[in-house]
Amino acid sequence: MSEFSSFLLGTTIKCIVVIAVLIGAVAYTTWLERKVVAHLQIRWGPSRVGWHGLLQPIADVLKLLLKEDMTPGQASKFLYVLAPLIAFVPAALSITVIPFGNVAHFGSQTVRFQITDLNVGILFIFAVTSVGVYGVALGGWASNNKYSLMGGLRSSAQMISYELSLGLSVVSVLLVTGTLSLGQIVDLQGGRWFGIIPKWNIFVFPLFISFFTYFVSAIAETNRLPFDLPEAENELVAGFHTEYSSMKFGMFFLTEYINMITVSAIATTLFFGGWHGPTFGPLWLRGILPLFWFVSKIVAFLLFYIWTRGTLPRFRYDQLMAFGWKFLVPLSLANVVLTSLVVAWRA
Amino acid sequence: MVPLNYFLILAAILFCLGVIGFVMKRNLITMFMSIELMLNSVNLTFVAFSRHINVLSGQIFVFFVMVIAAAEAAVGLAIIVAFYRNRESLNVDEVDRMKL
Amino acid sequence: MTFDQILFYCLAAIAIISALMVITRRNPVHSAMFLITTLFSVAGIYLQLHAEFLAAVQVIVYVGGIMVLFLFVIMLVNLEVVSTERRFNKQWIIALIASAVLLVEFGYVIVRGGKSSLLPPVTGPAQDLTRKNSEQIGLMLYQNYMLPFEIASLLLLVAIIGAVILAKRRLASDK
Repeated sequence: MSEFSSFLLGTTIKCIVVIAVLIGAVAYTTWLERKVVAHLQIRWGPSRVGWHGLLQPIADVLKLLLKEDMTPGQASKFLYVLAPLIAFVPAALSITVIPFGNVAHFGSQTVRFQITDLNVGILFIFAVTSVGVYGVALGGWASNNKYSLMGGLRSSAQMISYELSLGLSVVSVLLVTGTLSLGQIVDLQGGRWFGIIPKWNIFVFPLFISFFTYFVSAIAETNRLPFDLPEAENELVAGFHTEYSSMKFGMFFLTEYINMITVSAIATTLFFGGWHGPTFGPLWLRGILPLFWFVSKIVAFLLFYIWTRGTLPRFRYDQLMAFGWKFLVPLSLANVVLTSLVVAWRA
Repeated sequence: MVPLNYFLILAAILFCLGVIGFVMKRNLITMFMSIELMLNSVNLTFVAFSRHINVLSGQIFVFFVMVIAAAEAAVGLAIIVAFYRNRESLNVDEVDRMKL
Repeated sequence: MTFDQILFYCLAAIAIISALMVITRRNPVHSAMFLITTLFSVAGIYLQLHAEFLAAVQVIVYVGGIMVLFLFVIMLVNLEVVSTERRFNKQWIIALIASAVLLVEFGYVIVRGGKSSLLPPVTGPAQDLTRKNSEQIGLMLYQNYMLPFEIASLLLLVAIIGAVILAKRRLASDK
């Protein structure tokens, strides 16, 4: 029983730390996004609150908390309140199976930087993220507003469509690694070829195609530009969250950014070797450095996200659907066939 | 450990609820949902028995049932949409003519 | 009562209550939400039965695919008309009788089946059910059940084409 209780205690601590870090990371991702987009567009961005606007996220959170929480009169109350929660919980859940560091030793304690390593890890992530679409769709429906409904409909169609190519692009990674557990996938990517090139999946022959399809459909799944049609502000006011205010809106906002971080974390884990990177120095540094590599890879992805947002215009809806169904799905299917041929050739 | 019978009883209750829903409801979509409920209860017995006799075939059957459920949902919902376009209603009692 | 049993009772209670809600709610969106709850608790029971792969597939296919489709269709059709209609049809007596007969039948079979038998221990030597559940299912699917698998894929293809044609027919005749 003591083993069980220590496991429970350890997991609880990990969960709390991860959630706290995640929310802090979200706050500063918004700051990063505003700052980077501003510089891309030759503006200053937030610069008043704190040094280079570093306290801006805190001011934003305070503003969101203090705003009046309104519910439209004709809204379906129960679902209206439930929708942001349905969106938020899966987003936060899927981070639990991602390994963000090697096993580290602090004194006598051994810490594994992963909340839990499920043997169906990737399936778990797909299962959990597929629930997220309900938050958006129900939020749009329950607000009883035509713009919201349009946003909800668009998002449910878009997310189902792009989930296909997302899943298919991960299949080829599974074909190469032969396991569903994210911990093992990362472990397999340790070491180097010829002493120089790291053994990351992205450098295995056909997998850069699946990285491309994965990342494009992931951008669509997270409703970011150029695929942000569910909330396209100049067509639909603000899409599914038009009627949401205060912390309920904050919840949707949080969800979007957590999803961005999760998607980047999964991309890092599947294609870019997870926490692998050069380690050196004393024992405690060896424990911390993987964490640093992992975080810096995620930040690189986030910067890419922000860059596309600052650069690309929005798709038209039929273009979006045509791109998803006529380009991404066939490409990822062909990639699955190609990968299995390569795997069979090597075997 | 939970005995096998408990799972079977749960599945039986779910199946009966599905039957009641299917026969009693007038809304096509909720009738459809009742069918999904029945399929699920059958799946539950499959998995329980597969665990009981320690053979995985039961889980494979469940997999196929899910495939069929997906196909059925796609076609059925398309029929519902087509029906709604023609009749402006989702009431089963109005499905009484052979032509549009 | 062990932890397993408590878990089972909770999941079963959630499944039954939300199944009841599915067939009693007037609003189809609420019905759909309760059906999703039922599906989740059934997935939880799959996990308890050590069918991790099926639990994941249940959530991905049913919750992530089929139910979204349902919700999509419910949103597409006009809800105000639908929700004000009478909920049940005149066959409720038949329904109750039919389901009562079914329930009695099930009960009889289960009682005749003898004392409730415990599930075998997890570490069965012959069929290692718990470890690598998904791997075993994959092997069986591609070895023993190859033909059904291919037929299922064909069925899905037919369903896709059928759904597209059915949903599109009206548009074609308009032109």
